[in-house]
Amino acid sequence: MTYNFDWSVLWRGQSALWLLQGLITTIEISAIAWVLAFTLGIFSGALRTVPITPLRWLASVYVEFFRNVPLLVWMFFWYFAVPPLLPQPLQDWLFDHGAEFWAGVVALGVYHGARFSEVMRSGIQSIPKTQFEAAVSTGLTMAQAYRLIIVPIALRLIIPPATNETLNLIKNSSVALTIGVAELTFQTRQIETYTAKAFEALTAGTLIYLLLCLAIATTMSRLEKRFAIPGMIAKRQTGEF
Amino acid sequence: MDFSVIINNVSFLILQGFLAWAILPAELLRLAVPAIILGFFLGVFIGMGRLARSRWIHIAATLYVEFFRGVPLVMVIFWFWFIIPVLVGKSLPEYSVALAAFVIFEAAYFGEIVRAGIQSVPRGQAEAATATGLTRAQTMRYVILPQALRNMIPALVTQSIVLLKDTSLASIIGYVDLTKAAQIVNNREIRPFELYLFIAAIYWLCSYGMSRYARHIERRLAVNPA
Repeated sequence: MTYNFDWSVLWRGQSALWLLQGLITTIEISAIAWVLAFTLGIFSGALRTVPITPLRWLASVYVEFFRNVPLLVWMFFWYFAVPPLLPQPLQDWLFDHGAEFWAGVVALGVYHGARFSEVMRSGIQSIPKTQFEAAVSTGLTMAQAYRLIIVPIALRLIIPPATNETLNLIKNSSVALTIGVAELTFQTRQIETYTAKAFEALTAGTLIYLLLCLAIATTMSRLEKRFAIPGMIAKRQTGEF
Repeated sequence: MDFSVIINNVSFLILQGFLAWAILPAELLRLAVPAIILGFFLGVFIGMGRLARSRWIHIAATLYVEFFRGVPLVMVIFWFWFIIPVLVGKSLPEYSVALAAFVIFEAAYFGEIVRAGIQSVPRGQAEAATATGLTRAQTMRYVILPQALRNMIPALVTQSIVLLKDTSLASIIGYVDLTKAAQIVNNREIRPFELYLFIAAIYWLCSYGMSRYARHIERRLAVNPA
């Protein structure tokens, strides 16, 4: 193997700036998509547990439809297929304001919303049914029972799997490079293209991803401790072991 | 909306993108099936490594898992794309590069499933096996792994679905899979809505079919627990 390492490519020229811009774009697209995914996930996850069949059915269709198709296909779909169907002024506006970014946000948000939904549903299903019954028997309507009792409890229970999903979302934001969003992986490739130093560029990008994931995992585990419900979070039963 | 674009290009989409290899039923399975099988076998070793008594094996396996779970698959595919030519001295076809990337990457996820599966086997089983005179390796091979595998099946099917969908990412290094085939046809026909919806439907059928199967197995195992 003959390869001349030259780590200085990472701070010579514009590389450092590109990496920083890439990191910021990754955080931006992930953050906006996360809000969308989380909102969709909470609503559809809660709807999948309500005792009203059409609503449950509707939420299931959303989840199964979006979850079972690769994110890459959704990226292409939202970027290439949907804008031509929009009215002309909206199309013009979109292409003036970074259409690829917003297509990426929608693709990530809707896809991960379906996955968050599963997390939310299993969180709600892990709450004893008596909680819901007690809430309704005190005179709350079903909507109130969900808003005031069930969803807040479930949110505190699902922090660990929600963390996993958040990290998946951040990692999956790299797929947005296929539609031209200049996020971290995109910028890493750009450095490679300009300097022909693949090892160095990829190492830098990889380390930034690892650090980003580590930072979020640490923050979330603090949150988990902070919001743990005393006496309620038992380790999941794993049988005899 | 004009779905005739699908009919006109069906031979390319299906035959080139989907059925290129006569032996296996579908193009996306051409990459997915070997990746699932090889990834699982590597995952078994990673999972056992995570539980190994030897400190160094344990640390190495843990680092492997944590590293690949902290990095996007797209990044790993690029790593292989740029690094393999340097290591091997010549560039390999896209198929081999993508397959290697999937196997190495997914083995980390399969490894975690295997570890959880092994840990779900009651300790008494291992003690009983040792008491009958089996060595540690024999205990693992004849007693623990067969039982663990049974517990792992639902999670393994779920992970295989994830991998099946992930194979679409092979198109970013130019491998002509179903997604790439749709892109190529779209460049000529400019019918993105119909084309992407069409391949979405194909992925959906495969993936949803597998997830129904997983649920079926899960229910059967639940009725008749190990």
